[in-house]
Amino acid sequence: MIKLFKIAIRNLIRYKRRTLMTSTLIAIGVLFVLVFIAASGSFKNLMIGQITDSMLGHLQVHKRGYMASIDSLPLTLNLNAKAIKKLEIAIKKIPEIEAYSPRIKFGGMFSNFVESSNIRMNGVYPEKEIACIPLFLSRINKGEKAIKKGEILIPELLATGLKVKVGDAVVVIATNRDGSVNGKQFKVGGIIESVTGPGGRDGYVHIEDAMEILRIDELEISEVAVRVKDFSKLDSVSNSLNRVLSQNLNKQGKPVFDVRTWEKLSPFYNIARMIDIMTIFIKIMLIAIVLISIMNVMIMAVYERIREIGTIAAIGTMPEKILSLFLIEGLSLGVTGVIVGNLLALIAVFLMNIIEITFNFGRQTGFILAPELKAGNILFVSAVVIIVSVLAALQPAFKASRMEPVEALRHV
Amino acid sequence: MSLIMAKNLSKTYYSGEIEVHALKSLSFEIKPGSFMSFIGPSGSGKTTLLNIIGCLDKPTSGSLKVANVLTSDLTRREAAAFRGENLGFIFQDFNLIPVLTVFENVEYPLLIVQNVPARERRERVISLLDKVGMKDQMNKFPDQISGGQKQRVAVARALVSNPKLVLADEPTANLDSKTAFMVIDIMKKMRDEFGVTFLFSTHDPKIVGEVETLFTLEDGMLSSRLDGKGGNND
Repeated sequence: MIKLFKIAIRNLIRYKRRTLMTSTLIAIGVLFVLVFIAASGSFKNLMIGQITDSMLGHLQVHKRGYMASIDSLPLTLNLNAKAIKKLEIAIKKIPEIEAYSPRIKFGGMFSNFVESSNIRMNGVYPEKEIACIPLFLSRINKGEKAIKKGEILIPELLATGLKVKVGDAVVVIATNRDGSVNGKQFKVGGIIESVTGPGGRDGYVHIEDAMEILRIDELEISEVAVRVKDFSKLDSVSNSLNRVLSQNLNKQGKPVFDVRTWEKLSPFYNIARMIDIMTIFIKIMLIAIVLISIMNVMIMAVYERIREIGTIAAIGTMPEKILSLFLIEGLSLGVTGVIVGNLLALIAVFLMNIIEITFNFGRQTGFILAPELKAGNILFVSAVVIIVSVLAALQPAFKASRMEPVEALRHV
Repeated sequence: MSLIMAKNLSKTYYSGEIEVHALKSLSFEIKPGSFMSFIGPSGSGKTTLLNIIGCLDKPTSGSLKVANVLTSDLTRREAAAFRGENLGFIFQDFNLIPVLTVFENVEYPLLIVQNVPARERRERVISLLDKVGMKDQMNKFPDQISGGQKQRVAVARALVSNPKLVLADEPTANLDSKTAFMVIDIMKKMRDEFGVTFLFSTHDPKIVGEVETLFTLEDGMLSSRLDGKGGNND
């Protein structure tokens, strides 16, 4: 086998320019794919991190049916005290959960005593919300970075539209689940910006203030945001939580709780999927490059060496050894391209991290792209290229091994 | 006992729609250790016959036994294995593998075909290269040596696997007279030393004058047998 490798490599060296061009093409393909995977992966993770750590949490639990009516923020579909207790017990059973934050959400009117506008209110426990959504405070761009009782964080859009500043007095009016209307005066504690840019209408108050507006004596909540310790284990944590909670059934025999990961809560998931699909297309392009270039080279190699094939067949070389000889040539081309491509990709990613490429996302600016090449990605791309290299050489190699020696020897 | 025994050997092939009878019911026997040649004009069927004897091609009808094996019935794989074990080939254009050195070209049948251990391989290759006068050139590549030297290497390659029969198709056609005689002389010495049968296809008078038996082919049929160097006409 070593001798076959030696012969194959010498045959590749024999056609230096062709071998160099093909290996370079494969190396460039591997370089682009790995750099794209590293950069797009970094961008995707950064964006997912922004969305989950600034707003959503990694997963959320609602009462079944709440998500279908979320636009109207129905108070009638809140989880009651009994359900909250069960939920808290379930959460505490799962050690992979780092933090959770109960929220009351309701729609209301926001007034500066001169003008009014609608607002989506979120009543939260500040410590729990910050533990679950660590970037929450960084969204407060004016005022103290805190949620205090008697204060309200208002969205930037409303602050601008209604000309409200930090420290101003405002009123929030809401209808409770019995249909009666109540209002409460707040001091504007801060202006909060939306994660994805202008347009957000979410205001934040302490959960006890929210209960007061809604005249709720016993705690009830609209959703619980959950943060897991290891994001890569999100699906397994979600499944575990779902499994524990699914034992709680309503009167119709259906589960009380609805557990959803961030993918099912944010439209950004579609962008993340688009990035994944683009990565797949880039990989397919790489496969096409490798397939076409190696197949082309190997077809040429077989055509140019027909008499040589005839000679080695005549002196008794078995067809499978002739097949191996050409497959090894294809394999060697692929391996060379992979090694060079991987090295170039590692250098490129290292340089990108030194240069610190920045970009903006929504209102957030100055994100630094931190491309990272994972061993898994390198191994996957390398394996694909090497397998495709061998597959591309298979047809010409098979043709060579099936040649009739007498015909091959006659070839001019 | 005969090394080669052909009975009613025929070969027909098609060139477009034209049926060509390359060999017409040939029957002959060749004894081990012969140094003999098929001669005849172009198109007489010499190369076709040599290809069939060399298990590179199959007869359309008739039977052929080489070294007691009915080679006309061998499958593709069996034929390859038989060639590797029993036959050696010398080609008109030398057909050395360009990426291998002289040593490696001769070593090839032992390494890739017969899997002979490294030490024995080296001894056999060097011994043969010494006998054909190419030992001092063994690290050169085929494009670094002359035509005569290439053919001497080809002779060594054909003999290294200890074949029973060496088939040589026009082995001197691309050589000058002096080199041709030298190569013929080497082949003869090898026959004398190893007892290998040499079978040529040629119309080169230099070989014709040196062989011990001549079969003349005309239009695919054996027209005469001449035992040269004192032999008798049949």
